[in-house]
Amino acid sequence: MAISIEDVEHVARLARLKLTDEEKETYRRQLSDVLEHARRISEVDTSDVPPTSHTLPLRNVFRDDEVKPSLSVEEATGNAPWAVEGAFKVPRIL
Amino acid sequence: MDVINQDALSIAELIKKREISALDVTRAFLERNDKVEPKVKAYIKVADELALARAREVDMELADGIDAGVFGGVPIAVKDVLTTKGFPTTCGSKMLEGFVPVYDATAVERIQQAGTVMIGKTNMDEFAMGSSTENSYFGPTMNPWDLERVPGGSSGGSAAAVAAGEAPWALGSDTGGSIRQPAALCGIVGLKPTYGLVSRYGLVAFASSLDQVGPMTRNVRDCAALLGVIAGYDPMDSTSIPGELPDYLGGLTGEVRGLKAGVVRELSSEGIDTVVKERFGEAVALLEELGVTCEEVSLPSFSYGLSAYYIIAPAEASSNLARFDGVRYGYRAPEEGEDVWEMYDRTRAEGFGGEVKRRIMLGTYALSAGYYDAYYAQAQKIRTLIVRDYGRAWEKYDVLVSPTSPTTAFKLGEKVDDPLTMYLSDICTIPVNLAGIPALSLPCGLSDGLPVGFQVMGSPLEEIKVLNIAYALEQAIGFDARPDI
Repeated sequence: MAISIEDVEHVARLARLKLTDEEKETYRRQLSDVLEHARRISEVDTSDVPPTSHTLPLRNVFRDDEVKPSLSVEEATGNAPWAVEGAFKVPRIL
Repeated sequence: MDVINQDALSIAELIKKREISALDVTRAFLERNDKVEPKVKAYIKVADELALARAREVDMELADGIDAGVFGGVPIAVKDVLTTKGFPTTCGSKMLEGFVPVYDATAVERIQQAGTVMIGKTNMDEFAMGSSTENSYFGPTMNPWDLERVPGGSSGGSAAAVAAGEAPWALGSDTGGSIRQPAALCGIVGLKPTYGLVSRYGLVAFASSLDQVGPMTRNVRDCAALLGVIAGYDPMDSTSIPGELPDYLGGLTGEVRGLKAGVVRELSSEGIDTVVKERFGEAVALLEELGVTCEEVSLPSFSYGLSAYYIIAPAEASSNLARFDGVRYGYRAPEEGEDVWEMYDRTRAEGFGGEVKRRIMLGTYALSAGYYDAYYAQAQKIRTLIVRDYGRAWEKYDVLVSPTSPTTAFKLGEKVDDPLTMYLSDICTIPVNLAGIPALSLPCGLSDGLPVGFQVMGSPLEEIKVLNIAYALEQAIGFDARPDI
């Protein structure tokens, strides 16, 4: 399964990763290798097999909606690279 | 008496009987760290002052006749993927350099309640992605048995710390073998519990349907004891299993006569080094001498386990790691660019290392329009086949066994440029995570001075059966070699 530089650029855009040209070429080659190996799974006939996303028999785990103590604003924003007056500061969005 | 050579249960006894103070125990391990840490580099950050303060508290509690916890004063190392309130947690990544969590992981809270003294956060492959601990932003950890070789990964720091006597035991995490493979390569015991047995609250997520926290110890008794501390229902994790816990330590009778073990053909023949096969075969022969019937079993879907895993785990990782955006915590690119989108792109490009980016790309690709059915959906169906193969095996066998790793510890740098070859290191451990079952690795001998690991797998929540067979085998093997460091 050979993937192209355009594929790599598309995926990097979806994943929000800015790649150098050198990285793009490395990933193109490495991802092709791994996907080639992964393609072996298409050999298996799974037409009657349901998917497994999770191995536990647990379904719909609910709890009561109770008010409980939570983090203070200071704690919640304390690790931010840039926070001002209890708000996260980010560059221009629009 | 040299306390650093004792196992955790013995240290707990010595402290309880007041034969040694908790402070002297912690000091002994910190001194050991001073001596070997420059060579091994098992820790990202040693918590020396915190540990000494905590040990003094334990001594005061004991002096006042207050219960200091079942393992009061026993040092422990914690993989840097578990959050520790007020103490830096990096996941081996530049992305989280300087991050100080505001809450403790449940597993961390439980080891503290048991009275243990955390002596440091251990090195790991970045965000637990890797099999050699070479993917850490803070540099690699060396294998105490041979400093030119890797300790395995991703919990390589925890494994090396225990093997080098820098901690009597440690916590690790296992998504595709990250406890068991480094345990094998460092000659210690490591257990991945049943998915849902140990809370994932505060375990920084890699692949949420596969991740589990587990014990890494010098022997099976310590492993059972530490499992008893960290296991159990937690309302903070919606995938936590409710119900009473058995007495894991009490379950170690060593009586295994009449049990049946299946030797998994797909995990013990093709692609496994001859030296590993030899030690593994000897251990199987010992199991038979103990009265365990061993026979080969074929579980055909396992041949596809590695391929399915390297779709499913990166897919889950690509969503989980979307949270690292330079806004709420962690690294932000100093040159932000024009707008928030450029800030994201640059932050993530600079904050993540090569392997993490590779897996995010792989996962994003597998989940993207046009490829979802061929990769992700098909991998989930293969996962069903693996669960079914195990299910059929449990009708006939009490446990399944295989080597833990296809090789002994490899050289630093040997596989780091070839992702696919590196991924093959996990070939024996991955099916366990896909099926959510418990599995343990214990040392079964040395080959050219390097440890070989033996894997015991059990059906869901049958940890006692797994631990007990491992315990009996451990006694029969009598592995007592220690690295000369």
